[in-house]
Amino acid sequence: MTATSNRPSSSPDKGVPVSQPARTHGYASLQPPVLTTRSPLLVASGLVKRYGRVTAVEGVEVDAYEGEVLGIVGESGSGKSTVLRLLNLQESPDAGTYTLDLPGLAGQDLFALDRFARRDVQTRSIGVVYQNPYLGLRMRFTSSGNVAERLLITGERSYAALRAAARESLAASEFPLDRMDDPPRLLSGGMQQRVQLAKALALKPRLLLLDEPTTGLDVSVQALVLDTLKRLQRERSMTIVLVSHDLGVIRALADRVLVMRNGRVVERGLTDQILEDPQHAYTQQLVHARL
Amino acid sequence: MTALADLAHPRQDYSYAFLDASAKRELRRRILKAVAIPGYQVPYASRELPIARGWGTGGLQASLALVGPESVVKVIDQGADDSVNAANLRRFITRMSGAATTTDAARASILQSRHRIPEERLGAYQTLVLQVPDPEPLRGVQSDISKAHEMHADSDYGQLWLLLYEQLVRFRQYVQGASYPALVNGRYVISPSPIPRWDNPKLHQTPSLTILAAGREKRLYTVPPYTNVIPLEFSDVPFQVEDQRGWVCRTTGAVNKFMNELPQSDGSAMYELSDSGYAEKLKNDLPTAPTYYDENGGFYHDGYLKPPVILP
Repeated sequence: MTATSNRPSSSPDKGVPVSQPARTHGYASLQPPVLTTRSPLLVASGLVKRYGRVTAVEGVEVDAYEGEVLGIVGESGSGKSTVLRLLNLQESPDAGTYTLDLPGLAGQDLFALDRFARRDVQTRSIGVVYQNPYLGLRMRFTSSGNVAERLLITGERSYAALRAAARESLAASEFPLDRMDDPPRLLSGGMQQRVQLAKALALKPRLLLLDEPTTGLDVSVQALVLDTLKRLQRERSMTIVLVSHDLGVIRALADRVLVMRNGRVVERGLTDQILEDPQHAYTQQLVHARL
Repeated sequence: MTALADLAHPRQDYSYAFLDASAKRELRRRILKAVAIPGYQVPYASRELPIARGWGTGGLQASLALVGPESVVKVIDQGADDSVNAANLRRFITRMSGAATTTDAARASILQSRHRIPEERLGAYQTLVLQVPDPEPLRGVQSDISKAHEMHADSDYGQLWLLLYEQLVRFRQYVQGASYPALVNGRYVISPSPIPRWDNPKLHQTPSLTILAAGREKRLYTVPPYTNVIPLEFSDVPFQVEDQRGWVCRTTGAVNKFMNELPQSDGSAMYELSDSGYAEKLKNDLPTAPTYYDENGGFYHDGYLKPPVILP
């Protein structure tokens, strides 16, 4: 599996020479992906987040392009989930800026928005899937209700429209529709992740954030969920930021990878390059630490 | 020279209407604020009373703050004037204030009620005090109370429809028995928590003042006279009150009023008017005031209740 084969084949820019200067993160010779001929959808720079004396994230730069899957790997406590929470506008950073190339908001630092505008961006343009479904779902409400809630927040008040949207979104995430009115607490782990995914996709967001989406699932279910993710990514050409410590998941989905350690990005590059030819000592350790 | 003793009040065992003057003043000021901001939950210092929290301390404090010797008090518990809780509260209020009591909703100036709004329409200068167990309509979707306050401040009520959605999915109709959320004056959603759905429309554009007070939660809110109260509903599934068509009161023969269901030993059920003051009038052929729902179940504000939609 190569990173190139994951990219949407519809990309019109294939083969066009790169016009932007290659960014140097110590890899001046590395050509950025062809997608980078467009301006990135997501640019976050100088992210710093401290919790008391602990510095969780220290000067992290993230950029992601339309239709790209960006993987973030690292050991537990390396700050990858904090980065994701910042990108989801759930928390405010101690320093840093964050822009999404959305209509009317291009160039606007999203951390500087008031809470109404922030909530609007969060609801309409960002979808998120947590490792722990208890964080993302109301376990005692119906699965379809969990999906419909996203539309309710944006002001949809027609019961028929909510039903139709919930059905469509659940079908897209390959959830068995005869169970759409069961509460998630009665569903298996894989199905709970599919409900989370349907909820995240209900408003057709530009950016999808996945926080260890398949950790805790057994290998066969994991493969099915990854399959669904890949298909959706191909069909909708969403930008996905995928946090995982599982290099297999990263290899299967991601185009580019950031490697984090102690709140800093230690290496970044194409997935193949990072996984086959890691440069940083920590990445080498990570890649070779297979059971 | 005047002695100090001549200026002082004669010694009393209790302050008038039990609460001390500063407590009553605070309550009246909170009530005024609540009237000024319809539906907004005003915090207040809920005082200790000789009844336990959860037995109507909120309503009792509001009544005690408003009662005077010229007041006529009616106390209702589950529609009845003669249940233990109603009898106790009524005796306490009158003993502490010297107010008169009645079971006639049309004659009362202060009506303290636990679950029901009387069937007869209330008029101007009548005050309905409802005892509220749970003032927070957002509790079902947001357990964090400080986040709920923020949602109220932002009018961020979308998630409340999730509660209605769940009812429609499971039962194909709205089934909530009490606390059916309603939008007051187009701004704040309230949980009129003790009253059944049947009584929700009665809050709309009524000439009387409605005070809802929660003693344990230390919050009170009001529906001022002539204020819009709209129960939440989906645009394609209108709000409905309880379907009690065909239920006939066994003692008065009344129909299309809120009934108590009395299960019989043979498995059938008999029905009885929930509003005992109204039933008493009907039994004794006394003149009654116009009611909210007419004999055919029509509501007195034309077009307020829409015809039902049957979901597949």
